[in-house]
Amino acid sequence: MNWLRGILIALTILVAVPSLAVSPDEILSDPVLEQRARDISTGLRCLVCQNQSIDDSDADLAKDLRVLVRERLVAGDSDDAVRQFLVDRYGEYVLLNPRVNNHTLLLWIAAPVLLIGGLLTLWVTNRRRRVVMEPGLSAEEQSALDSLRDEPKL
Amino acid sequence: MSIELGHFALILAFAIATISTIGGYAFWRSGNRIALVLSQGAILQFILVAVAFAALIQAFVTSDFSLLLAVNNSHSLKPLIFKISGVWGNHEGSMVLWITILVAFGAMVAAFGRRLPSDLLTLVLATQSLLTAAFAGFTLFTSNPFARVFPAPLEGKDLNPILQDIGLAIHPPLLYAGYVGFSICFSFAIAALISGRIDQAWARWVRPWTMLSWTFLTLGIAMGSYWAYYELGWGGWWFWDPVENASFMPWLAGTALLHSALVMEKRNALKIWTVFLSIITFSLSLLGTFLVRSGILTSVHTFASDPTRGMVILSLLALVIGGAFFLFALRAASLRQGGLFAPVSREGALILNNLFLATAVGAVLVGTLYPLVLDALVGTTISVGAPFFNLTFGALMAPLLLVLPFGPMLAWKRADIVSAAQRLIGAAALAVFLAILISALGGVSISLAPIGLLLGFWVAFGAIAELVERSRLGRIPLGESMRRLIGLPRTAWSTAIAHFGIGVTVLGIVATTAWETELVTTLNPGESAELSGYTVKFDSFDQVPGPNYIADEGRFTIVAPGGSTRKTIADRRTYVASGIPTTEAAIETYGFSQVYLQLGEPLENTHVVRIWHKPYITLIWLGTILMALAGVLSLTDRKQRIGAPRRAARPVAEPAE
Repeated sequence: MNWLRGILIALTILVAVPSLAVSPDEILSDPVLEQRARDISTGLRCLVCQNQSIDDSDADLAKDLRVLVRERLVAGDSDDAVRQFLVDRYGEYVLLNPRVNNHTLLLWIAAPVLLIGGLLTLWVTNRRRRVVMEPGLSAEEQSALDSLRDEPKL
Repeated sequence: MSIELGHFALILAFAIATISTIGGYAFWRSGNRIALVLSQGAILQFILVAVAFAALIQAFVTSDFSLLLAVNNSHSLKPLIFKISGVWGNHEGSMVLWITILVAFGAMVAAFGRRLPSDLLTLVLATQSLLTAAFAGFTLFTSNPFARVFPAPLEGKDLNPILQDIGLAIHPPLLYAGYVGFSICFSFAIAALISGRIDQAWARWVRPWTMLSWTFLTLGIAMGSYWAYYELGWGGWWFWDPVENASFMPWLAGTALLHSALVMEKRNALKIWTVFLSIITFSLSLLGTFLVRSGILTSVHTFASDPTRGMVILSLLALVIGGAFFLFALRAASLRQGGLFAPVSREGALILNNLFLATAVGAVLVGTLYPLVLDALVGTTISVGAPFFNLTFGALMAPLLLVLPFGPMLAWKRADIVSAAQRLIGAAALAVFLAILISALGGVSISLAPIGLLLGFWVAFGAIAELVERSRLGRIPLGESMRRLIGLPRTAWSTAIAHFGIGVTVLGIVATTAWETELVTTLNPGESAELSGYTVKFDSFDQVPGPNYIADEGRFTIVAPGGSTRKTIADRRTYVASGIPTTEAAIETYGFSQVYLQLGEPLENTHVVRIWHKPYITLIWLGTILMALAGVLSLTDRKQRIGAPRRAARPVAEPAE
């Protein structure tokens, strides 16, 4: 964690630098290519910043990475190839949208599992409830029935 | 002298809180007398902490640099408002603010809670006192704000310039009022678990406090978002930054709590879940405080972080949250559920709301903590950023927004989904029509934009449809309808306005995401650039001194498509004391849209200028203001008043909010 602390200290200095992202000298003349570069950039982390993408960041490293992304695109790389190039250099940490792998599987399935778990719980409770909710019973009858059901347990 | 007085007052408050805690838990069955003692104790704690807080403010305002905190965070040249807000622009001072708000809420319970059963009141105040003792103790023993320095330096080191903004004066107090307000719900939950008394009356007492805290938190988050938008200089308004998430999670949980407490109050159902949510919401608020303080997460909010105190805070959290859940596990089974209902009913809809909101809390929590946990367990570092949250959170909110308008249309117990759908058909048709029309006019730059528009309009019109339905507009004479509309309970208005506000916010998010335009260019004074029909002319560039900074100031003229012209200033500032630079963007509002202009670094004898056109972006915050307004409106409803009058026809004192 020591390197992390080092970064943190660096960050307190860096965060104060006004955030001026893409500058005109970087912009590619081909608008399609430039748009692809922007889209890729918003998904790449500025490694020395706090939770900023390289598209938003003014740090020198972010600028270097933006230029690098554009160079790869001009060289004819696909979007995924550019991302892979950066991951090979800087690790998965550079991706703001983590890819699904052994380490991130839990992250990606967490929300669906929670939702499905919740739905199942509701479904089960509802089924249990429906047994007592057969049509034709008024609220009074229902409560009478409830108390009858509960009594032996008490 | 006043600093020692403040220090002493805080120590005394800590002592009284400790005694109240012990006394309250030991004698909560003893009736009115102990309740009265604790009430007076709560008010005394408030007075004492207020004295401590005032002592700090006085030291900052008078630039008393014998106070270490003032040396580190203030400067004699700073404008008065930033001298005051500088008190909480740091760890120690923000803790004192936190405690001040905590005891203020405690005192409000004491003042307005006379109608509560004495045992419940005693337990609530004892739990509040426990929290006060814990956090006042933490402040006094690990982060004393009253430390003196000798010899006193002549000048202070100044506050981080990013924090020298009206935002710091407003954002933390609102946010803290929201966070800390949920402590009341927490204390009520603990009291319910200890006493075993949990019924509809309990929900009626808890709901106004939830509403009040939720309103503060809504405004606090919105304010923070707008502050980041104009101050950080690239026009982003939400970053899924860990600290933002930390404030967003209690908001989501609090929103769920508002709805579940409603079910409990009206139908005596969802008791265990409501108690659980009360504990979770405040726990998440504490986690928010902890995440900021611990230094584990870094962001613009790190002004208040200190890793060494993290462990103490962590232990405090474990004690409070762990203890609460232990109690919950022990006692929850003894709480009887009541109130039967069919799946298609108001209750059913509110449960669905809770399911999606609770899942969203879980998703944001997992996304925020996952990199930390993975790093600790496996040593692999990954980033979980905006793209992940947008996808996950968006996927959870879409179905919630889709079913939202049905909720208020459904009857309690058992409802007819077909008739509800019939009443919403107009809203649906209008939403579809507008979504298609706007997508056709604006061009579909993002494939999800039409769906987003559809959801936004649907929720907004659905809210209006509910008012139309309740006033029977079009089916009875107009005058009669209007009378009905005005005569509707304020809670009905509040529901409709809050839901309408959500629709408005969604529309703002979608419009600005899909149709924002940006121009990055170099300009010299005298040149101009054009973006989305707006012409931006760079008039002049000067160096101008400010009160405690020097500014590189660019003056611009913006010509709107209609031909109207406005003059505006964008500058880059360098603060004298710290040498830290900041940027101040020029933001001009046209209708609901804004032109956002930022003066960049000089580049080869010209100036980099970034211009954005952000269509309908102000809807994002207007929507949240509507939601907060709805919260306030709901609090003025007689049924919702803090202190819960029992069918009293005579007027009851309003809380001092």
